[in-house]
Amino acid sequence: MGRTILVTGAARHLGVRMCRVLSHEVSVDRVIGVDVVPPRTDLGRAEFIRADIRNPVIGKIIGAAAVDTVVHMGVIATPLQAGGRATMKDINVIGTMQLLAACQKSDSVQRLIVKSTASVYGCGPRDPVMFTEETAPQHPPTSGWAKDSVEVEGYVRGFARRRSDVAVTILRFANIIGPDVDTAMTSYFSLPVIPTVFGHDARLQFVHEDDHLEATRLVSLSEKPVSGVFNVSGAGVIMLSQAVRRIGRPALPVIAGLLGTAGRSMGSTGLADFSAEQVRYLTYGRAIDTSRIEDELGFWPRWTTAEAFADFIRGHHVQPLVPTASLLSVQQGISAVLSKVGGLVPTRAGGSHGG
Amino acid sequence: MVGDAQVFAFDADARRRGEEPGHVHSVSGVSASTPEPDAGNEVSALDRAADFIRRRLTGEYEVDEFGFDPQLLDTVLMAAMRPLYRSWFRVQVQGLDNVPDEGGALVVANHSGTIPVDAVMTQLALLDEHPAQRHLRMLGADLVFRLPVVSEIARKAGHTLACMPDAERLLSAGEVVGVWPEGFKGIGKPFTERYKLQRFGRGGFVAAAVRTGAPIIPTAIVGAEEIYPKIGNANALARLLGIPYFPLTPTFPWLGPLGLVPLPSRWIISFGEPIPTDHLPSGAADDPMLILEMTDRVRETIQQSLYRLLVQRPSVFR
Repeated sequence: MGRTILVTGAARHLGVRMCRVLSHEVSVDRVIGVDVVPPRTDLGRAEFIRADIRNPVIGKIIGAAAVDTVVHMGVIATPLQAGGRATMKDINVIGTMQLLAACQKSDSVQRLIVKSTASVYGCGPRDPVMFTEETAPQHPPTSGWAKDSVEVEGYVRGFARRRSDVAVTILRFANIIGPDVDTAMTSYFSLPVIPTVFGHDARLQFVHEDDHLEATRLVSLSEKPVSGVFNVSGAGVIMLSQAVRRIGRPALPVIAGLLGTAGRSMGSTGLADFSAEQVRYLTYGRAIDTSRIEDELGFWPRWTTAEAFADFIRGHHVQPLVPTASLLSVQQGISAVLSKVGGLVPTRAGGSHGG
Repeated sequence: MVGDAQVFAFDADARRRGEEPGHVHSVSGVSASTPEPDAGNEVSALDRAADFIRRRLTGEYEVDEFGFDPQLLDTVLMAAMRPLYRSWFRVQVQGLDNVPDEGGALVVANHSGTIPVDAVMTQLALLDEHPAQRHLRMLGADLVFRLPVVSEIARKAGHTLACMPDAERLLSAGEVVGVWPEGFKGIGKPFTERYKLQRFGRGGFVAAAVRTGAPIIPTAIVGAEEIYPKIGNANALARLLGIPYFPLTPTFPWLGPLGLVPLPSRWIISFGEPIPTDHLPSGAADDPMLILEMTDRVRETIQQSLYRLLVQRPSVFR
């Protein structure tokens, strides 16, 4: 008998893709996607049930279908997606509690996979350069998605204690990026002028959306159940300044305090998210160590941080202000002229160039 | 700011090539063996500068997980410090062969000078004078990573927070790590206490070296004490600004920005004989007695070298 998998948050882009990926697996009989809103695109062979995980009805779905694997992707990252911070918190925390309560009562559930975020480590000046799964946060997050995720992980750990027979996996992803996914980071990098924090240059890490799906698929379908916490990120880091330059848009350094204030007024227009934690991230940055998932599960992301970012630029058609190609042709033009001049006048031309 | 710096970088690069025909180990991997630059060379240097600028503008360069940007460090940041190193402090380096050509090592040195110029000069000494042109990766206080601008430069120059995981990560990756265990106690001590080593933290650096089997290189720096003689401390102001001390020197802040010019003392940086740690049994890092003993030994070695060098130096400024 094949597996029956429940996916929460199935109406959003990554949820839809997850349902499709899982439903094409031979070892999987049924994939049930649930969300509060219907998906805008086809779920493939997966079924969709419109249900709110904050409601006990989720228990009935799990019971009726004899779900054995629950993939919890229903934690929302920005208030924009939920229609307000209060609703967002409600969906994230109460939704998770309700889902875990249903799982605890169920006889069929054997695995729980929770999509979490590296932002549970917080960020600040006292951080080590890389967080391993064991590193205690030096600056625990105090607001927003990161704090919700800390609470969600807390409840998940509680569940794992009470139901030690269920394999519980928490995947802490770096910022997910890619050609199609829309997140706070992708809308930030799509701004015409990119505000940055004056005097700081954050180290950023990205994981490609395909790698996010592959990691989740791997732990959901692995032959031996996997339990524990795993960091997932593309290899390497990219500096914020470097990312902005690779896009080819101008950066606007702003004093940290102002960025928060100005950002929030911008946030309400829906352009980009400048929550306190986002500003902290853009100030101090963060990187996670992925050796555990590499060593224990043999999972190596196909895309590095830099490659994932390049794929985002391509997919979102982010146009640079000055195209890279024309910069290259300017450079070639200059060297062509120089080689002619150099052949004629053998004088030092240093310094005249470069402005 | 970036544009200016890059023009400067190019100048420095050209100067390096012109003045030092023997200096063939170019960090960027470009061989610079022609002593007399001719027109064709000039063009290729310009060509390289143009390429460098384009790469900087389009973000086509690599940083490591610490945010270390070797290209920026070698061509811009260090170039800005070179005149200070060569002409102002006229740094003499001793015992370079005590720093291995490859593999991890922990450079432990005395700290002084009100602002950490001594750390930057040590970094430059290893980059310019060591045959393997080693990058010194320093461990800094969290204040360094909280301050705007300073934190940005520190990360790009390859430095990181002084904490156990980072120290071990760098050492096991085979980097030369620099640590100044006196911290603010050393760098901010009054002028009257010059060349008296302060307390050496908790010996965390020794534990990191022992755990990774990296040799400890006790290093003495003479000259940095005299660059900004700290004769007073505006405590209230320091507290207001959230910094450990606000120095008062004979020239700062009385002469305004002019007071920031360091005194041209004569420097000697001496890398001492390495203290091996790889022969110790596993679990030695968790033996507090051994760690404290070793910490004392390192401290004593540096103090003795300081006395020796002070006698060697003809005078403070010559």
